[in-house]
Amino acid sequence: MTNTSRKPPALIIATVGALLFLHVPLAIILLYSFTTDDRTYTFPLPGLTLRWFPTAWARADLWQALWLSVKVAGVATAIALTLGSLIALAIYRSKFFGREAISFLVILPIALPGIVTGIALRSALSLLDLNFSYWTIVVGHATFCVVTVYNNVIARLRRTSASQIEASMDLGANSFQTFRYIVLPAIATALLAGGMLAFALSFDEVIVTTFTAGQQATLPIWIFSQLVRPRDRPVTNVVAVFVIAITAIPILLAHRLTSKDA
Amino acid sequence: MATSSPTRKSLWHRLSTFFYLRPGLTLAAMLAAPLLWLGVVYVGSLFALLLQSFFRLDDFTGQVVRRFTLYTYSQLFTAANIDIMIRTSGMAAAVTLACALVAFPVAYYMARHAEGRAKAALYLAVLLPLWSSYLVRVYAWKLILAKEGIVSWFISQLRLDWALDRILQLPVIGGPSLSVSMLGMWLVFVYVWLPYMILPIQAALERVPQSLIDASGDLGARPAETFRKVILPLAFPGVVAGSIFTFSLTLGDFIIPGTIGNSSYFLGQAVLSHQGTAGNVPMAAALTAVPMVIMAVYLIIAKKLGAFEAL
Repeated sequence: MTNTSRKPPALIIATVGALLFLHVPLAIILLYSFTTDDRTYTFPLPGLTLRWFPTAWARADLWQALWLSVKVAGVATAIALTLGSLIALAIYRSKFFGREAISFLVILPIALPGIVTGIALRSALSLLDLNFSYWTIVVGHATFCVVTVYNNVIARLRRTSASQIEASMDLGANSFQTFRYIVLPAIATALLAGGMLAFALSFDEVIVTTFTAGQQATLPIWIFSQLVRPRDRPVTNVVAVFVIAITAIPILLAHRLTSKDA
Repeated sequence: MATSSPTRKSLWHRLSTFFYLRPGLTLAAMLAAPLLWLGVVYVGSLFALLLQSFFRLDDFTGQVVRRFTLYTYSQLFTAANIDIMIRTSGMAAAVTLACALVAFPVAYYMARHAEGRAKAALYLAVLLPLWSSYLVRVYAWKLILAKEGIVSWFISQLRLDWALDRILQLPVIGGPSLSVSMLGMWLVFVYVWLPYMILPIQAALERVPQSLIDASGDLGARPAETFRKVILPLAFPGVVAGSIFTFSLTLGDFIIPGTIGNSSYFLGQAVLSHQGTAGNVPMAAALTAVPMVIMAVYLIIAKKLGAFEAL
């Protein structure tokens, strides 16, 4: 399959270049979080300081935004875990009319541009004369998070042999016991991985949230407002570094947990 | 405790047997909640979107008139809106092309040269940006492209300021600085969507059988010819599959044009401003029909080119 004998230098340069292009910008944010400059993005940095970290820590609006994001992501993930695994189990265990339609329905919220999902939910809210609330954000997030759980669980189920389930039933276990002692342990790490990806997806989402949040600010909405009108540049840099760290952890863990499923 | 346990157990057993004997009912019980959510809440919202686009905003009262009309759709084709559509589609095409050019060598190296641990590391290096914070990745470029930022500094160290100024003076793609120009916006779009292009191309290249490449060589083709006549045609569906993402994501985005761009609107921004400050949800709804129609046409072409087998 691979020919390691001869690697054209141009190919190596192009690959290294593209990978640097993908990763250097994030390193630059890290660098800027230590700058002493609070009005511009001057490079080279005029000086280095650690003072923005305690400044960001003391900001009440940031804590509020963070707490809202965590609450939304937590509940959206719980809903996505329930719905996603139910669909995966139903689709895996039986063939029925409309099976393809359901798997299509699961993918639709992320296949369509986020703006379509956002404005669709916004239209429904306006038709039903509903006000924006915590729950309107959760509904939007849970809708596009279902697919990550579904994908992980169905990939795991396809790898798990059905004979274990049959053996459990043959030995007199009922469906609930079989689920508890055979199916759940088999899909546990896939659920964990799907849940973590769903959390990361929700924690970072801004497009759909813009349409369903009204005046509420999740952490991404807070960052977006700073992007449009930079008022607290140094604090934004610190928040950005924090977000990079907090989203990288679940992604790396999820990848570890499911690397054999692919 | 000991006496209640057998009855409880038998209840679960009876419930289990009940469902076991009725697979249709079991399926319905399992799918009821997900279908209620996705089928009623989500698809219902999509219908609400469609419905809203057939209403109109009363210009005098500022209220939405809930009566069927095609007025809002007729308002889509003003010169300003057509400008927005052309600008957005042009950007999506330019971004897709650049992504394909940058992604192909990476995907090729990953699929055909890297092995074992190196391959796993490369895969992760592409996957991590795909999942990590999109907003923060856009923010990084705000720092990088700023007039006083790192790119300008590098260019002035190389004594190439005149070239940058010359480029920024060009119509359409230029602007006061890279961070408020179409050129800068294009760079950021390419950066954020690049992983979506690399992965499908890599998957397509992985599937090219070695025997075909060996056969091509045995029949006297030079490596460049094999690449052009065997590998490239077989990898092309992967490129098309990746382009679905880069094109669609660019069409619907309003964060990057709002952050890096100048004042000229993109589709997503127009939708956002109609539903927000203007309170014109019908117009916003009708405008989203544009990216959906464009994507529908795009998907039909992509299917003809075999992109779905490469996804």
